[in-house]
Amino acid sequence: MRVFISTVVLFIVWVILTQSFDPQELFTGLIVAAVVSLISPAIASDKPKKWFQPKRYVYLIIYLFYFIWEMIKSNIDVAKRVVNPKLPINPGIVKVKTKLKTNAAKLALANSITLTPGTLTVDIHDEWFYIHWIDVSNCDDVNRSCQEIVEGFEKYLEVIFE
Amino acid sequence: MLWYEIIGIVMIIIGAIFLFLGALGIIRMPDVYNRMQAGTKATTLGALSVIMGVGIYHPAWIFKTGIISLFILLTNPVSSNALARAAHNAGIPLYEKSVVDKYAEDKEKIRAEEEKQNG
Repeated sequence: MRVFISTVVLFIVWVILTQSFDPQELFTGLIVAAVVSLISPAIASDKPKKWFQPKRYVYLIIYLFYFIWEMIKSNIDVAKRVVNPKLPINPGIVKVKTKLKTNAAKLALANSITLTPGTLTVDIHDEWFYIHWIDVSNCDDVNRSCQEIVEGFEKYLEVIFE
Repeated sequence: MLWYEIIGIVMIIIGAIFLFLGALGIIRMPDVYNRMQAGTKATTLGALSVIMGVGIYHPAWIFKTGIISLFILLTNPVSSNALARAAHNAGIPLYEKSVVDKYAEDKEKIRAEEEKQNG
């Protein structure tokens, strides 16, 4: 089952990249996908059932739009700081607690944080994220966890990956 | 000119502007971490915008450019995470006006726990 899912995903990527429905190419792609998923168990999903819950895909699509919007906002924000002659930055490394458990979810969250408003993940240790923030003043107290960085993403990622 | 060609051209120009601002940010920012902020964000959106613009200009390529964008989205932030972590562990200091550094405060605790886990 686990091998089957990674075979299907790899095969879809193959079809998109070759953009051809020639039987020879499809057959080669199927064999390559099957061999790759057989010899690399590390890329297989640990809980195959997750792949058959449509709710996850709906949230993934909503999340993609939300994420792209956040990314555009963050880029305009950083661009404004860069072109401002005074260079208004107020940087620091804060820590944030996350409620996400699985590694895939943490990876997605770390990537999302890195690509959005002035934040850059420096390290992850258990449920703590260490985040370099270009303007710490948005967080009223740096000694507690600055939850506002992750809140927006967590509610989607929880459904998609957990 | 067709309507999708115009959208493609506009997206490529926007991407080029973001790439330029990213380069400017790398020059202007005061320390490694802030430079990485400008570097990662602006270049990711710039590259995505240029690639998707090309995909829209040549509609036959749209799926290929979509896959390329997805890979950039997945891999680009990972490299900057690794660079930031390596820079901090190598002892490169933060900009002197930085407000707080929680990572440095907790670093010894983290190292001790990691050593315990690795035996």
